[in-house]
Amino acid sequence: MTNSPQTDGITAARLDRATVAANFDDLYPDFDAHEARVAADRCYFCYDAPCITACPTAIDIPLFIRQIQAGMPDAAAHTILSQNILGSMCARVCPTETLCEGACVREAAEGNPVEIGRLQRYATDQLLLVNDHPFTRAAETGKRIAVVGAGPAGLGCAHRLAMKGHNVTIYDAHAKPGGLNEYGIAAYKAANNIAQIEVDWLMGIGGIEIVTGKALGKDLSLDSLKGEYDAVFLGMGLAGVNALGIDGAEKDGVRDAVDFIADLRQTDDLTTLPIGRHVVVIGGGMTAVDAAVQSRLLGAEHVTMVYRRGREAMAASDYELDHAATEGVKLITDAAPVAVHGNGAAREIEFGYTRSGPNGLEMTGETFRLRADNVFKAIGQTLEGAPETLSIERGKIVIDAVGKTSLAGVWAGGDCATGGEDLTVTAVAQGRDAAEDIHAALSQ
Amino acid sequence: MADLTTNFAGIKSPNPFWLASAPPTDKEYNVVRAFKAGWGGVVWKTLGSEGPPVVNVNGPRYGAIYGADRRLLGLNNIELITDRPLEINLQEIKKVKREWKDRALIVSLMVPCDEQSWIDILAHVEDTGADGVELNFGCPHGMAERGMGSAVGQVPEYIEMVTRWVKKHSRMPCIVKLTPNITDIRQPAEAAMRGGADAVSLINTINSITSVNLDSFAPEPTIDGKGAHGGYCGPAVKPIALNMVAEIARSAETAHLPISGIGGVTTWRDAAEFLALGAGSVQVCTAAMTYGFDIIKELNAGLSLWMDQKGLNSIDDVVRRAVPNVTDWKDLNLNYVTKAVINQDLCISCGRCYAACEDTSHQAIAMSPDRVFTVKDEECVACNLCVNVCPVEDCITMEQMQPGMVDPRTGEVVSDKHGDWTQHPNNPMVAAAE
Repeated sequence: MTNSPQTDGITAARLDRATVAANFDDLYPDFDAHEARVAADRCYFCYDAPCITACPTAIDIPLFIRQIQAGMPDAAAHTILSQNILGSMCARVCPTETLCEGACVREAAEGNPVEIGRLQRYATDQLLLVNDHPFTRAAETGKRIAVVGAGPAGLGCAHRLAMKGHNVTIYDAHAKPGGLNEYGIAAYKAANNIAQIEVDWLMGIGGIEIVTGKALGKDLSLDSLKGEYDAVFLGMGLAGVNALGIDGAEKDGVRDAVDFIADLRQTDDLTTLPIGRHVVVIGGGMTAVDAAVQSRLLGAEHVTMVYRRGREAMAASDYELDHAATEGVKLITDAAPVAVHGNGAAREIEFGYTRSGPNGLEMTGETFRLRADNVFKAIGQTLEGAPETLSIERGKIVIDAVGKTSLAGVWAGGDCATGGEDLTVTAVAQGRDAAEDIHAALSQ
Repeated sequence: MADLTTNFAGIKSPNPFWLASAPPTDKEYNVVRAFKAGWGGVVWKTLGSEGPPVVNVNGPRYGAIYGADRRLLGLNNIELITDRPLEINLQEIKKVKREWKDRALIVSLMVPCDEQSWIDILAHVEDTGADGVELNFGCPHGMAERGMGSAVGQVPEYIEMVTRWVKKHSRMPCIVKLTPNITDIRQPAEAAMRGGADAVSLINTINSITSVNLDSFAPEPTIDGKGAHGGYCGPAVKPIALNMVAEIARSAETAHLPISGIGGVTTWRDAAEFLALGAGSVQVCTAAMTYGFDIIKELNAGLSLWMDQKGLNSIDDVVRRAVPNVTDWKDLNLNYVTKAVINQDLCISCGRCYAACEDTSHQAIAMSPDRVFTVKDEECVACNLCVNVCPVEDCITMEQMQPGMVDPRTGEVVSDKHGDWTQHPNNPMVAAAE
């Protein structure tokens, strides 16, 4: 190996193969059976438990934990998956510290909640890894539904529709199903190909076909889908990315963080993936953290996350930010990018400090520069390919509480729709609930 | 520092902690290790008659019940009395006693119910210099099928008869070990006393099946597809043992009979409780089998420190201290009124008190939409279930209503006088007496 974290410029193989493999291994290995029982025993089986209320999919958490404690993880998995069919990925990517575990009475009592996320993962993985699908389909209805997007919302919707006996075709723009689970989440959160294993397992219900490489607005039109199917569900997420809008944004080395993460997730040998010695990530959300941390894990020497507001305004959770800090990511807040400098390729990025003024955020006038071989933009994604006939607000498809859009026969959910929190778990909930409403509509 | 030396029915030991007759006391090697660790005495594992020793199963002898994190709560065994030759046991007992004069060494015995068998074995034991004998009338498995162990302990007449033989043919202090597998523990205790026993020890193990294997559909531990009931011991049996010890201690007939308390003693606190209920020494087995002999350091240090804190100087100061407070239900003061009080600063809003009270008790806890739980005094009968299920220590307490206050549940003024069932107007026996 000739390269190291100190090698200048953008290059692959900064770390040896074994180190990279260890870096991108599972962040949290599975509980074994004994660990799971000990962790499960900490659950108080609360009355009308706050954790259930805090879960966007309203999983009966005390029940599934008691089922683990009673030595029946398969039953626990059934409890979880009947509410959230992507329970396995959600167990890995949910910000549990702000959801179920944040609501756990033991968090209030001792700052040490029941490890609900890891317990959920333990239970669901039992079924997934042996590809045992516990749900069965109702009798065929003859109804056909098109689902656009094979991400959490689309998969959640499709599975519930298939259970009801409908036939579902899922169209997805990418080469593989899974959406952000496959392309948009840090590798160490979805190690061992779990996103595809989960999709394969989910397909075990039957009645679902996935067609890849088809994007709405390019290869598909809503009108033709409406004509061809009995109902349409839109769950294609946010395919576009906000522009940086500063001088030098076109220079080599400046990329969208989502593209970097997607490339990383689709690279089998991560020692072939180039990364800069100096990396700057712009943004304050989960995507920014995932890009920054993974840059470090690939061997970037200096990685800095820069966010234009204060830490308290960042979308990334404290847990994620602490993880980033542990991995050696430097965090700078209250600074906005001004220009990227460099001769063809990025060499430095210039920031100006910000403060909140009477008319919102304003520049203080003070600037600084950071070395940057790579600049990853993680400043938000945008809706792309949505038909103009749909009512759109603030860049999202308007839906009601059960997922209906402004167009009859068209439902939507997930990141492309209003009402969610850009979380996997809310996307699954919206897909599931829309499926129930589609089923009700088609049953009339 | 508190004096832990013990004089139990004339048997002296540096502390009240003896290892019970069981696998830990089966041979010199273990017993010496125990004495080195600091145990005050041992009851040597039960000897049988001369001749070929008993044989044990060659499959599992123990089964267990676990709490969280595989904490052993109850142990079940089907091991018999010693399966080593009598002569070897006797030689070792003699040697150990000679080398450990300050420790109590009692020999447990179980031979057939004929006088000559007892004459024979007692002569052997006398020769070892042991401090006393313990008659094993307790083991409920295996030997009981042969007319020994609990088969004797379940018939007071046999207990009396054998005890009488032992006292007739030996000058050694005689402790009779009782089985809990009976209906009234006072009957066998009184029988032992009539026979001349110097003391009783209890409880021996409880008939039990620990679990059923749901693949083979056989009881566990399973020997070649079958299982037999065994003897249950460990922390799970302590409440049963405490009650039986107390029953003997507070019975006028047996109040002066020394008791060696056995059953789930795991920490110094368990031992202190047995002593307070009338035991003059305690015997330990499961805790040693679970954690090894070094627990004696915790037992001695804990008991000693607690006694210092309480100003109790000797073991005698502790023994029977709680006995006067053990009474019959009919004598409990019905005018003592308490109500549950939930400390809102400590409450973590789990709602377990609510579920327990609402589903299974007296609907005396209210739950607000924001999960604040409060006691409805007008419904609370002070059953204590909320206290028992609350995961937070001292969060829910039972607070006494002062005399003169009106109990909102009954509408009656709380009396400052003692009033129990024997005087209560609802008691038909009171009316009959008038």
